[in-house]
Amino acid sequence: MAAELLRMEGVRKRFGATVALDGVDLTVRAGEVLALVGENGAGKSTLMKVLSGAHRPDKGRMWLNGGPYVPMHPLDARQAGVSMIYQELSLARHLTVMENIVLGTEPTTGPFVKWAEVRRRAVVAMAQLGRADIAPETPVHKLSIAEQQLVEIARAVAVGARMLVLDEPTSSLARNDIERLFELVRRLKTQGLGIIYISHFLEEVRALSDRFTVLRDGKSVGSGETAETTNERIIALMVGRDVSDLYPRSARNRGEAVLELSELAGPVKPANASLTLHRGEVFGIAGLIGAGRTELLRAIFGLDPVRSGRIKLKAHLGPASPARQWSRGLGMVSEDRKMEGLALSLSIADNITLSSLASVVKPSAQVAASSQWIGRLAIRCREPQQAVSELSGGNQQKVAIARLLHHGVDVLLLDEPTRGIDVGSKAQIYQLIDELACAGNAVLIVSSYLPELLGVCDRIAVMCKGRLHPARPVSEINEHEIMLEATATKEAA
Amino acid sequence: MSAENRADWSALWSKLGSVVGLAFVVGLFAFLRPRTFLTPDNFQIMLLQTAVVGTAALGMTLIIISGGIDLSIGSNIALCTVAIALMLQHHVPPVLAALGGVGVGAVCGALIGALITRLNLTPFIVTLGMWGALRGAAKGLASETMVAAPSTWLNDLLQSLGPKNRWMIFPPGVWLMIVLTLFVGALLRYTRFGRHVFAIGSNEQTARLCGVPVRRTKLLIYIVGLAFAGIAGVLQFSYLTVGDPTTANGLELAVIAAVVIGGASLNGGEGSVFGSLIGALIMTVVANGCTKMNLANWVQEIVTGVIIIAAVVVDRLRHRGVG
Repeated sequence: MAAELLRMEGVRKRFGATVALDGVDLTVRAGEVLALVGENGAGKSTLMKVLSGAHRPDKGRMWLNGGPYVPMHPLDARQAGVSMIYQELSLARHLTVMENIVLGTEPTTGPFVKWAEVRRRAVVAMAQLGRADIAPETPVHKLSIAEQQLVEIARAVAVGARMLVLDEPTSSLARNDIERLFELVRRLKTQGLGIIYISHFLEEVRALSDRFTVLRDGKSVGSGETAETTNERIIALMVGRDVSDLYPRSARNRGEAVLELSELAGPVKPANASLTLHRGEVFGIAGLIGAGRTELLRAIFGLDPVRSGRIKLKAHLGPASPARQWSRGLGMVSEDRKMEGLALSLSIADNITLSSLASVVKPSAQVAASSQWIGRLAIRCREPQQAVSELSGGNQQKVAIARLLHHGVDVLLLDEPTRGIDVGSKAQIYQLIDELACAGNAVLIVSSYLPELLGVCDRIAVMCKGRLHPARPVSEINEHEIMLEATATKEAA
Repeated sequence: MSAENRADWSALWSKLGSVVGLAFVVGLFAFLRPRTFLTPDNFQIMLLQTAVVGTAALGMTLIIISGGIDLSIGSNIALCTVAIALMLQHHVPPVLAALGGVGVGAVCGALIGALITRLNLTPFIVTLGMWGALRGAAKGLASETMVAAPSTWLNDLLQSLGPKNRWMIFPPGVWLMIVLTLFVGALLRYTRFGRHVFAIGSNEQTARLCGVPVRRTKLLIYIVGLAFAGIAGVLQFSYLTVGDPTTANGLELAVIAAVVIGGASLNGGEGSVFGSLIGALIMTVVANGCTKMNLANWVQEIVTGVIIIAAVVVDRLRHRGVG
């Protein structure tokens, strides 16, 4: 068995009365990938901050390479060989690849940067990552997100990282980039680095990790060999109960058509989309990022212009503004919660009632209405007046959905409704979608996560390069076929 | 202290922080100059001095909460004083002349709002242009000199009260400012328009997604906001008793400072008219107190600058506490 690289024992951290970490034990060996899983709010980010020296633990001990590890600040941790790769990349976009790689550790003679040495270090680091093809002189903003992430990893490698912590590294990557990242992680593993891999996706955990540790409510509640564990067991550890069926599917009665699109086209995307959505139906749209799925929803909802084609919502024909669509019973949840879906600095009550305000607003009524939704959707919060920015991702998403329910819409457009939220919240949202469909509402879902689409939808259509392929019942389609259709190189007929 | 308590304190501080600041500066000068500062007459003078900035700050608060800015407000006030003086010269009844002044502000607001919403220009650039253009228009209209106006009751809005009308407690202009503050406070809190102002400032994309008529609301914000500049113009005219195309130079910065001291964020989504009014009062109290201390003008200016930065620093610290 390989040498132990990092050990944490009984790590605790509280902020005021909030216990963020309540006894975390974990170990990482050299040449091993440890998957760290847990719902949002389980303490993963606090644990990372403790590990990186941004926070000091109140109790507990850490060892690195057998010696005590007490990082006082992030630079300290980096010099000790522990590097973090955060979701939001921290590159200077205007500088070149090599400048970014040596940032903060520039080799100098007197006041002058030794450019030859800078270049050499960058070349060595990129070669170690197997990507010598990226020129050190390239400005970072010209690289793709995946390549930028690579530069960030190269920076860690260049300062001699022994431990690498990757926080949800695939959240903004396309499918083939994810494969390349996996190869890179395996490569670094063989070079003897210890890697902590934080992810929501159990598929990734399974594909990549040797062992896993589950965090729940700030405690490490279970660890083990990944290969000897089932996904159900990991989910049960994460949510603290058995999730017998993540995707509930009650008997649904398909009713009349409420939304009909025929040959809908926008300025660029969608190029051609036809579909019919019925009451009591959950309709899924699959496809690659950039296929035009979001644009399709935006066009239906009136956020993007329509070039040609027909939209028929109930008895109403033609494109209409978002305000008009709301009043006709159509609502949309945006894929981008933070930038578009929610007004983060406003309260839960303000966000839920935003689309349905009367000319004279009664704050007490806003609060009363919101309290009801907070209860029904189990939104974890202090009070309805709390700012949405203080909630976890899953609870924020529930607020976004509560807005639609409060408005009383019966046709719901959901764009990536479970992106970046924890398994517990996901399960609740799937349950809610099922209940809505059973109650005779119509739901149109765009998602990049195929198991989810196959789990909740009645019918699925694939979108590829702006064209929407004909829909098929979920029983007649599988993950493999969807991917083939989504990545088809030939134009659909 | 529990996290919940901390959050409560933070919310309380955001509401009352500026009041504490005001109490502090009043207390400070009352301690340093009890005889000259702490008199009813001086308090009345300070309220009079606040009326113009305070009223203009009401409109600016709306604009800043929505994520916008208006740099043209000083020029706008100057234009209004000139317009009112000219109307009075032409024997327009004082009431109509005053309404005309407010109308001039509203029309300028409509123009600014239209440029911002129709041509997708940033408020900073549009109002920077209007800052120059409106000042020029005021000078042209006034033939580059003061415009004398016949004496009417408009001149009494901001006069110190004599023994005969002591019963009013405050001069009418100050009452106007107080009533308007309550009005705008209610507008922001209890109307759909007011909540939409916050929503647009907090996240314009979300507002659009929720069916908020973003363009129309923004246009309305600038019309209403600059109508308040027009009302401030009426008060300024009352104070000057003439139309002066060079008046209120640099006033826009005092107004923006008052709004920011009052707890508004220049990124939008946050702010309150009560805070803005307190902010305007803080600036007046400091100026008045410094004068009573016989401090030179330049000291006053430095003190004011320090207060603006301190207010923003305090706000920053508060936000860090919550995050």
